[in-house]
Amino acid sequence: MNKLMNAADMVARLKSGMTIGVGGWGPRRKPMALIREILRSDLKDLTIVAYGGADIGMLCAAGKVKKAVYGFVSLDAIPVEPYFRKARQAGGLEVMEVDEGQLLVGLRAAGQRLPFLPTRVGLGTDVMKYNPGFKTVTSPYDDGEVLLAMPAINLDVALVHADRGDKLGNTQSEGPDTYFDEVFVRAAETAYVSCEEVYDRLDAAHSDTARANLFERYLVAGIIHAPYGAHPSSYPARYGWDMDHFKKYAASAAEEDGWAKYMAEFIAGGEDAYLEKIGGPDRVKSLKLPIF
Amino acid sequence: MTQASEFSLAELLVVATSEAWRGNGEVLASGIGPIPRLGASLAKLTHTPELLMTDSEAFLVEDPIPLGPRGDYRPKFSGSMNFARVFDCVWGGKRHVMIGPVQIDRWGQTNLSCIGDFHKPKVQQLGVRGLPGNSINHLNSMFIVNHSARVFVPGEVDVVGGVGYNPDRWPPGVKRDFVDLRLIVTNLCVMDFGGPEHAIQVASLHPGVTFEEVQAATGFPLLKSPSIKTTEGPTDEQLAIIRRLDPHNIRATVIKDNPPGIR
Repeated sequence: MNKLMNAADMVARLKSGMTIGVGGWGPRRKPMALIREILRSDLKDLTIVAYGGADIGMLCAAGKVKKAVYGFVSLDAIPVEPYFRKARQAGGLEVMEVDEGQLLVGLRAAGQRLPFLPTRVGLGTDVMKYNPGFKTVTSPYDDGEVLLAMPAINLDVALVHADRGDKLGNTQSEGPDTYFDEVFVRAAETAYVSCEEVYDRLDAAHSDTARANLFERYLVAGIIHAPYGAHPSSYPARYGWDMDHFKKYAASAAEEDGWAKYMAEFIAGGEDAYLEKIGGPDRVKSLKLPIF
Repeated sequence: MTQASEFSLAELLVVATSEAWRGNGEVLASGIGPIPRLGASLAKLTHTPELLMTDSEAFLVEDPIPLGPRGDYRPKFSGSMNFARVFDCVWGGKRHVMIGPVQIDRWGQTNLSCIGDFHKPKVQQLGVRGLPGNSINHLNSMFIVNHSARVFVPGEVDVVGGVGYNPDRWPPGVKRDFVDLRLIVTNLCVMDFGGPEHAIQVASLHPGVTFEEVQAATGFPLLKSPSIKTTEGPTDEQLAIIRRLDPHNIRATVIKDNPPGIR
């Protein structure tokens, strides 16, 4: 069993029209190397489910998103993701906008192979109006409370970024938060994990940090070696976000052909060229975590 | 304790926002943005020490963390409050958040999603974020730096993200018991939901502001609290705490030209 592959192998297994869940949170630990490989591909008509950041923004800019499912799309210090804003304001982007916790409930329902899970979240708001398919259920117990039956958000594929992976599909993700990567992976038919480091066997190499394993290897179809693969988002256990890069990216959204230029400058040449372009490993390693 | 002789409007607002958390007990105090965060921190360091707070990222702290670059200061963590636990906390009702929505209506409904038509927004904002879950589960307050009829809209907000007290929005059988809107602190006044049917009323006017000015800057009719008073400025003790919590004077950048507290 060898699940090591490169990002192009992964893209070859994806199909236009798929529903893809992306781990990470806003500008934190996004599997951006995998997103960039999708941007280099012919894939289109994708449904993207995420705690959105530049993943949704870039895929919208490239015209690859049919539908976005999100609670927010933000780069934190740049509050509204610039290309997401552009796509929304142009009209025509199909969306399922829900509370961030509702997204979690829907993904958990999918991971548990349930049609829905009950929640109060969303009731009384326009989330109900703009998601006319959402239905309520009445508690069968004495309280008789009416609750939202949050439908399962079933994913074809989940993409997440981790510290370490091995040939078998085991992974470890360090840092203070999981960003619900494990919930995305469980909600999906299968998952691809980009990793800062890859090994033959994690039990041999990093037995001591097995607690950082977030999900079982039977959920993982591919491990992709992608050092600094979360850039320009942060990997809090390793490097901060690249706000200078995000600012440049955001500025491109206001320029004529801004996306085409960004794509040509940073993405089209492949990941080795990308890393070179952003200043190499030393620069990424030196990126500081934000202080609030 | 007497009011300090000189203070900025931002400093008065820190004190006014801190009142939102008074007596809340052991709940997570989340102040979104510099003024509400300073307000929550001040509350914890003065009248309500049992509040829980975070480092604004993933950990619980017992000493509120100063704003901005920390120099040699190293936060000490007492526990974890990663995103999964934030949802557990929210759904369990153990939180009081103060947010800055882009619109608020007379029912206390809030919008952070977009301005204009949802299907083709005039201005896309953040999305509904956590507003639906926060507002239906725990205590909520709001902070508005520029009180105007663009924020306090005449009808309903463009996209209802946070629930409020509009009876038309509540189908039979849906539990509203946990909805508890507390304060709206603005650059002009402090309002609460103490009127009939939770109607918004002006609880205090900042020094030099009249009720008529507030009404003119609000898109719906306001009530005057029977006990309406002048918002209290900070004491010297409170000012010292605020300065310690905000060593880079970020509070001075929140309101245009950083006006004085007494106008």
